[in-house]
Amino acid sequence: MIDIAWSSFTPWTALAGGVLVGLAAASFLLLNGRIAGISGILGGLLTPSAGDIGWRIAFLAGLIGAPALWALAAKLPPIEIEAGYPALIIAGLLVGIGTRYGSGCTSGHGVCGLSRLSPRSLAATLSFMFAGFVTVFIIRHVLGV
Amino acid sequence: MKSAVASLFAGLLFGFGLIVSGMANPEKVLGFLDIAGLWDPSLAFVMGGAVIVGLVTFTFARKRTLSFLGFDMKVPGHTHIDKRLIVGGLLFGIGWGIAGFCPGPGLVALGAGEVKAMVFVASMVAGMGIFEILERRKAAFRFAEH
Repeated sequence: MIDIAWSSFTPWTALAGGVLVGLAAASFLLLNGRIAGISGILGGLLTPSAGDIGWRIAFLAGLIGAPALWALAAKLPPIEIEAGYPALIIAGLLVGIGTRYGSGCTSGHGVCGLSRLSPRSLAATLSFMFAGFVTVFIIRHVLGV
Repeated sequence: MKSAVASLFAGLLFGFGLIVSGMANPEKVLGFLDIAGLWDPSLAFVMGGAVIVGLVTFTFARKRTLSFLGFDMKVPGHTHIDKRLIVGGLLFGIGWGIAGFCPGPGLVALGAGEVKAMVFVASMVAGMGIFEILERRKAAFRFAEH
């Protein structure tokens, strides 16, 4: 049986935030003609070619600058990072290698790919969702960390 | 220049979406991935909201060859599902489950000044660098074979 965490479940802000993410991907596609896949936008900077750098840096600057701009108007919601430094380093390496090897992450395959009804992106999304569920199950319920 | 301004706007909007939805907080993401514990379904609602907007947009954009700013529409045409795609997804998912960060939220949390997010992002960029080195080696090896 699944126990819902009613005290932390936030359907309305989740839906509203999701719509904003969708609008971001939509404006990126309609204005620039590109898929808003964050791992690809960042990873492309490691093998830079002329004329292909500015828009990547601008998108990432927006993403990184969003909390600062938000903080000017309202209090930022809490960011709780329970993982320790060794775990963060291992997680970072896996996310970096995995997203590039699999050509996308939650934004490119998850949001944009599912929106395009791409079977390839559905397969990728099922893969990382499955691995995420299993990993958290092992960490929290088998190892009991 | 036009594309940089549009990119900055889209990046900001994306970041706001992650903040509003609570997805910039790894504990909330892990609450979704912890299906055997007290389960927080919020992430599914974020995906749902984003995909509803995306479905409408991509259906509309499919008929276009140029963007509103006059750029070519670069929508990927790959359809093959191969080992790379699945193995890459699995590796990414393991990392996602360990820390609760995927690339977008990692960058937003970095922007919020979280030192731990900076460590995660630095490591993620290193991982992407390792991928590039491995790819280049493989390409050089293939070249040497022929």
